[in-house]
Amino acid sequence: MRLIPLALLILLVASACSDNLPRSTLNPVGENAETIDNLFRLTLAIAAVFFVGVNAAVLYVAIRYRARKGDDREPKQIHGNDTLEITWTVIPALILAAIAVPTVQTVFELAEEPADALQVEVIGHQWWWEYRYPELGVVTANEMWIPTDQPVFLSMTTDDEDVIHSFWIPNLNGKRDVVPGRVNTLTISAPEPGVYLGQCAEFCGLSHARMRMTVHAAEPADFDAWVTDQLAPGNVDEDSEGWGLFLDKGCSACHAIGGTEAAGGGLNPGPDLTHVGSRTTFAGGSYQLTTENLKAWLRNPSELKAMEPDANRGMPNLGLTEDEIDTLVAFLQDLK
Amino acid sequence: MATLTPEATELEEPEEHGAEGGGLWSWITTVDHKRIGLMYGGTAMLFFLIGGIEALFIRLQLAVPDATVLTEAQYNQLFTMHGTTMVFLVIMPLAAAFGNYLLPLMIGARDVAFPRMNAMSFWVFLFGGIFLSSSFFLGGFPDGGWFGYAPLSTQSEMIRMDFWALGLLILGIASLAGAINFTTTIFTMRAPGMSMFKMPVFVWMQLVVAFLLLFSLPVITVALFEVLFDRNFGTLFFDPAAGGDPILYQHLFWLFGHPEVYILILPSMGIVSEVLPVFSRKPLFGYQFVVFAGAAIALLGFGVWSHHMFTSGLGPVAESAFSLTTMFIAVPTGIKIFNWIGTTWGGKISLKTPMLFSLGFIAMFTIGGLSGVTHAVVPADTQQTDTYYVVAHFHYVLFGGAMFGIFAGIYYWWPKISGRYLSEPLGKWHFWLMLIGFNLTFAPQHWLGLQGMARRTAVYPPDIGLETLNMVSTIGAFTIAVSMLPFLYAMLVNSRTGAPAPADAWDGRTLEWSISSPPPHHNFHDVPTVEAIDDFWHQKYGEDDEGRAVRVKTFPEPSRYTDKYIHLPSPSYYPIMLAGGLVLMAYGFIFAPLGIPLFVIGALILFGGAFGWAQEDPDHPMGDHDDHHAEPDDGSEPDETAEEAAGDEVEDPTAALADGVVADGGDDA
Repeated sequence: MRLIPLALLILLVASACSDNLPRSTLNPVGENAETIDNLFRLTLAIAAVFFVGVNAAVLYVAIRYRARKGDDREPKQIHGNDTLEITWTVIPALILAAIAVPTVQTVFELAEEPADALQVEVIGHQWWWEYRYPELGVVTANEMWIPTDQPVFLSMTTDDEDVIHSFWIPNLNGKRDVVPGRVNTLTISAPEPGVYLGQCAEFCGLSHARMRMTVHAAEPADFDAWVTDQLAPGNVDEDSEGWGLFLDKGCSACHAIGGTEAAGGGLNPGPDLTHVGSRTTFAGGSYQLTTENLKAWLRNPSELKAMEPDANRGMPNLGLTEDEIDTLVAFLQDLK
Repeated sequence: MATLTPEATELEEPEEHGAEGGGLWSWITTVDHKRIGLMYGGTAMLFFLIGGIEALFIRLQLAVPDATVLTEAQYNQLFTMHGTTMVFLVIMPLAAAFGNYLLPLMIGARDVAFPRMNAMSFWVFLFGGIFLSSSFFLGGFPDGGWFGYAPLSTQSEMIRMDFWALGLLILGIASLAGAINFTTTIFTMRAPGMSMFKMPVFVWMQLVVAFLLLFSLPVITVALFEVLFDRNFGTLFFDPAAGGDPILYQHLFWLFGHPEVYILILPSMGIVSEVLPVFSRKPLFGYQFVVFAGAAIALLGFGVWSHHMFTSGLGPVAESAFSLTTMFIAVPTGIKIFNWIGTTWGGKISLKTPMLFSLGFIAMFTIGGLSGVTHAVVPADTQQTDTYYVVAHFHYVLFGGAMFGIFAGIYYWWPKISGRYLSEPLGKWHFWLMLIGFNLTFAPQHWLGLQGMARRTAVYPPDIGLETLNMVSTIGAFTIAVSMLPFLYAMLVNSRTGAPAPADAWDGRTLEWSISSPPPHHNFHDVPTVEAIDDFWHQKYGEDDEGRAVRVKTFPEPSRYTDKYIHLPSPSYYPIMLAGGLVLMAYGFIFAPLGIPLFVIGALILFGGAFGWAQEDPDHPMGDHDDHHAEPDDGSEPDETAEEAAGDEVEDPTAALADGVVADGGDDA
C-alpha cells in the first residue's frame, strides 16, 4: 500500500499540470481541443474523488481492522445492508449522468462542420500523409499549412488497397481514423501561429512509428504566400543533370513534380515533390530535411525508415553512386 | 521453446495429486479435473514468463528515444505476441485452471460433467499455444496487433497472420468446450441443497464467464474465418474496393473483444470475493448484490463494444449511445468494489499474502476502472485511445486486476493443492515488489499517453519530453520481473518443504476446505449436503447475541483415503489424440499445398480420436487403459486384483452414459 501515495502523486501531477510539451493533449489550442480538455479535466476530477475515497478506505481497513494480538473476539457477522447498496448504486449513477450530459452535447458539437471552413483532403498512405486543398489546388505531403483565422475541415480517407490510419494532432483535436473505403471528417483550428506535431495513431504496419506529421498554422498573409508558392510549378531546369537523374532513376514512377512532364505522378503514389525543398521534414515527418539526412536517405531509404518497397510500400534502394546522390539532393533542395 | 515441457514441471511430484499413480502416461491420459487444472496452470505460467520476456524486450526498446535494440519488424511482432499471449495463453487459461481445479471441489462434486472433454480442452489449448508460438521458428511471430484489424491483417503476404488467426480459432475450441463443461457442471452437479444462491461467488463468476464465452466466441470465430478466407481464398469481406468493409471486422472483433475483457476479469473478481471474507473473518457483504452485479456486468458487456471504436467514425448518435452504456457499466463495477470494502470493514483482518494481493486488486483495479470512465467520455477518448494512456488503463485492469486476483488465488489455494503453505516472507516480497514495479511501469504511461505517445510505435522522437517517464516505466518492468523470483522460488521449493497445511488451511468457508490437503482423487468421500452459503463455515461457527462468530464445532483432520468403493471416469488417450490431429491439420493448412498430406494425416488422427472416443465404454476401457477407481484402501498401493474385481462389479447401465459421468457425484444430475 505504500505505493499508493506515489500513484496518487503522479495522477495529481498529471491532472494539475499544464505543460508545454509539443505533442501534449493537455496543452490544447483551438476550440475543439479546448472543449475536449475541459471535459477530460472534469471527468478526471470526479474520478480522482473516487480514487482517493476507495484507496483511502482500503488503507484504513488494512490498518484499523488488522487483527491484533490478544484480541480473541470474532468480528460481527454482517451480511449486508440494503440502504448502503441502494446508496452506492444510485449516487454513482447520478454522478455518471452528470458526466453523460456534457459528453453527449460535446459529441454532437464536435461532429458539426463549421460554415466557413477551409477544406483539406487527407489521404493516409503506408507510411506518410498526403494533403490536397481542393479549393486552392495545392497538393503536399506530411506538413499541412493552415491559416489562423479559419477553421479547417478535414475529409480523410485512404486508397482502397491501403490500411487504416489515424490522424492525430494532439494540440488541435482528438484523433480520427482514416479508413479505406470511407471518408471520415475532423475539424481543427489553430488561432495561434505555430507548428503542431502529430503521429499516426492506428497501427498501420511496419513503419507505423515513423508515420508522423506536422501542422503549420500561419497568419492569413503568410498562409496566402505559402499557397502562392505551392501553386507555382516546380523549379526545374529541364537541361540539368539532376532532372535527368530524376527521370532516369525512375523517381517519377512514384513522385510528381508540378509543371513538368512528371506532373501527373506515377503508378505508385509517393509524396509530391514539387516544393519539397520548402518543407522542414521528410520520410513521414520523421527526419529533418537537411542535406546530410537526404543523402543518407538516398543511399538506402530503408536504413532510415523500415519499408517494404517490394510490396509497393515505401521507397526502394536505387543503388545510386555518391555523385548521383549529391546531384539529386541538390536538385531536390532547389525545389522550393 | 519452453512450451514443450509444461507436463514436466507438474510431474515432479505426481504422487501428491491423488491415487492416480505417476508417470507421464498417467498425465497424458488423465481426465481428473485437478490434474487438468494443474496442467492448465503450469502451462499458462510458462506462457506468462514468455509473455513477460516479450514485454521486457518491448520496454528495453522504449527505454530511450530512437532506440535500436529491436527493429521495427521485431517490435511489431513482439507487441502482437505479448498481447495475444497474455490474453489467450495466460489469463484465460489461468482462469480455466482455477475453474477446473476448484469448481467441483466448491460445489461438492467428484469431477466435472465431461471429464474427457475437459482433457481435450487442455490439450487443444496446449497444442494451440505451441502452434501459435511456433510461428517464431517458421517465418516470424504474427505482427498485426493482438486484435488483428483488417485490412492490415489481410494485407501481409506472409503466413504469420495465418498462424495468428488459426491459432486463435484453435484456442477458441478449447475455451468453448471448457465453457460448455463448466456450465453443465455448475447446473447439474452441485451437492444436494446447494441452490444457485448458495453457490460460492467464485462459482457464480465462472458460470457468468462460461456464458460470456458461449455467446462471444462464435462472433470472433466468424471474424477469424473471414480473415483466413480473405487471406487464402480471395474472398473480399474486408476489401473496400470490392464492397467489403474494414469497420465490419472491428464490430465483429470487439463484439467478442469487450465481453472478453470481462472473461478475463470476472474470475479474479470471484477469487477476491472468496479471499476477502476468509481473511476478514466476515461473510461477503451483500452476496446477492455482488452476484447480480457480476451478471449485470456480463450482460451490459455485450452492449459496449463500440467504445473501442470511438475514433472509427461511427457518427454522433452511435458514439453517444455507446458512451452511455459504457458509463452505465461502471455502476455494477462500483457496487462490487464497495461491497468488497464492506466485507473487510469491521473485520478481523489478517494480512497474509492472499489478502495483500486481494487488497492490491481492489486498489489497482479501481484505478483501471476510473480511467475506463474517462474513456467513456467520447471526446476525451478521442485523445486517449491508441495512446499509452489506454495501455496503462488496460494493464491496471488486466494486470493490477486480473493477475493480482490470480496471484491471490494461487497463494490462497496452493496449500489445498500441495498440502503445504507457500512462504509468507517470500509472498510478501513478491507482493510488494510487484505492486511497486507495476505502478512504476504503468502509472507513468497514463502521463506518456496524455503527452502524445501513441501505442505500438517502435520508436519515439527525443525532443518531445517522453524520455524520463519511459525510462521509469522500463525500470518498473524489470522490477516486476525481479518480483517473480520469490514467487517462482516459493512455488518450486515450498511446495515440497513448506509448512504442512491442514485440510482447513485458512479457517475457510467453502466446501473445498472440508477435505484433505491435497484432496483425495475422488474429492469427497461422501457427497456433502449443503444448507447455507459458506456451508462449511456455518458448520464450524454460530453467532452469539451480538452477532459475533462463535466456534461451535471442530472437525478432525479428514483422511485422503476412503473405505468405500467410488467409481471415477477412466483415463483416455483419445482427447490428446483428437487435439493433436487438429493442430496437425492447422500446420497442414498453413503450409498448403506442400502441407496437404499433413492436413490429411491430421484429419485422420482427429477422426480416429473422435471415433475411438465415441466408442469408448467409460466403464470397460479399451486397450491398455487402466480401469480407474479410487480404491477402498488405507494408502497402500493399488491392488491389481482388487481393481479388476471392482471393475467387474459395476454393471450399472447408467454408468455407460455419455462422457463417463461420475457415478456417485451425479445425485443431482
